[in-house]
Amino acid sequence: MNYTLNFSAVWRSFDLLLEGLALSLALAFAAIAIGCVVGLITAFGLISKNGFLRRPAGIYVTIIRNTPILVLILFTYFALPQMGVRLGKIESFIFTLAIYSGAYLAEVFRGGLLAIPPGLREAGLAIGLTNMQIRTSIITPLMLRNVLPSLGSTIISLFKDTSLAAAIAVPELTFEARKINVETFRVIETWIVASCLYVATCSILAALMRAVERRLAIVR
Amino acid sequence: MTNNLLEIRDLHKSYGAVEVLKGVDCTMQQGDVVSIIGSSGSGKTTMLRCINMLEEFQGGTIRIDGQAIGYDVVNGQRRRKSEREIARQRALTGMAFQQFNLFPHMTAVANVMLGLVKVKKMSRDEARTLAETWLDRVGLRERAEHYPGQLSGGQQQRVAIARAIAMNPKLMLFDEVTSALDPELVNEVLQVIKSLAQDGMSMLLVTHEMRFAYEVSNRVIFMNQGRIGEEGNPREMFHKPQTERLAEFLKSSTFN
Repeated sequence: MNYTLNFSAVWRSFDLLLEGLALSLALAFAAIAIGCVVGLITAFGLISKNGFLRRPAGIYVTIIRNTPILVLILFTYFALPQMGVRLGKIESFIFTLAIYSGAYLAEVFRGGLLAIPPGLREAGLAIGLTNMQIRTSIITPLMLRNVLPSLGSTIISLFKDTSLAAAIAVPELTFEARKINVETFRVIETWIVASCLYVATCSILAALMRAVERRLAIVR
Repeated sequence: MTNNLLEIRDLHKSYGAVEVLKGVDCTMQQGDVVSIIGSSGSGKTTMLRCINMLEEFQGGTIRIDGQAIGYDVVNGQRRRKSEREIARQRALTGMAFQQFNLFPHMTAVANVMLGLVKVKKMSRDEARTLAETWLDRVGLRERAEHYPGQLSGGQQQRVAIARAIAMNPKLMLFDEVTSALDPELVNEVLQVIKSLAQDGMSMLLVTHEMRFAYEVSNRVIFMNQGRIGEEGNPREMFHKPQTERLAEFLKSSTFN
């Protein structure tokens, strides 16, 4: 192989990559924030005794988890406008990733909810708390602690899914890398640098999640 | 009407086809300490849990201070009260559980404060002062900032009792509160209960500690197969049981 690595062209465009990375993070943050709320409500629906809550929650999770995310992204961006719902590229992607992450997080949260001893809810009822107060003060904080390890890997995986926004020309990290690749022809260098940025960011996210986990660990 | 603190009339409770309470009647006055004894499966715990609606019941009435608990009768139809109303009624009683059920992510003092802040709507400062007073009362003032996982079983149970009592209930329900404890930790919990009884707290206890039931209560109820088998003052019940079943039960229990 007579290829000589030369990163200078990539370095010249490095700020573009950083801007792309910043957008990737912002997309992930917005989508996961919405996804957590959707996921939490759905998780309580999934464990509800009331079929009117449980069945729609189950249908939502089944449909979303069994559709490839790229298909969901393309559907939202190209098919929804035909049905009268017109969203910008970025809004469309955030919406899709939020709905997608909501379904995954719902399953993560459901597992955490099932691990909570029923006696704690009864103790809450016995001092006169309402079911909603029990959910907010006791069940949800404990559930989040239960699920932190798997929540971390779900968040990292959702962050990496932002690269699929390149498919609808959202200028995030992968999109910018492809642009630099096309403009400079430094194929190997561009994708090495882009990959390194993903790895570094994910490592930092993982370290942050572990720190949160340690901070919130239940004292035994 | 009456000034009974607790009045249970013809209480019926089934799990599906299995009837576990088959018409229980019971009254308590302010300041009464009543122990419920009986073999497992006799319905003791279920009866206690009906009083604060942790269990639904299908027939009969429970009144605390004259208020019908859990259900209204509207045009002859029995209807469950609203969630909010039931939550309010649950605060009339306090309950301590066999498994303590402290909230593991909160310190001892935060466990006691939660109901004071959320249900009694106290300010955090007021709630903390009151919570610390009650922790002091159960001998755990210096453990206020400890998490449940850092406390022994006996200490956890005392925190749980403080958490219930701090809510100023009219009636305390104790559900086999020493059954999950190592033998050497039983006494510290019983001492706390005894001193609360001496202060005039009305309480209804499900217990396997016959000696304790004998010493602390002014009335004992023997449950047998979903009914009250016998009731009376502890001295008569334990020394001169009227029924064959109670005599057998006492013989097989630790009381002697």
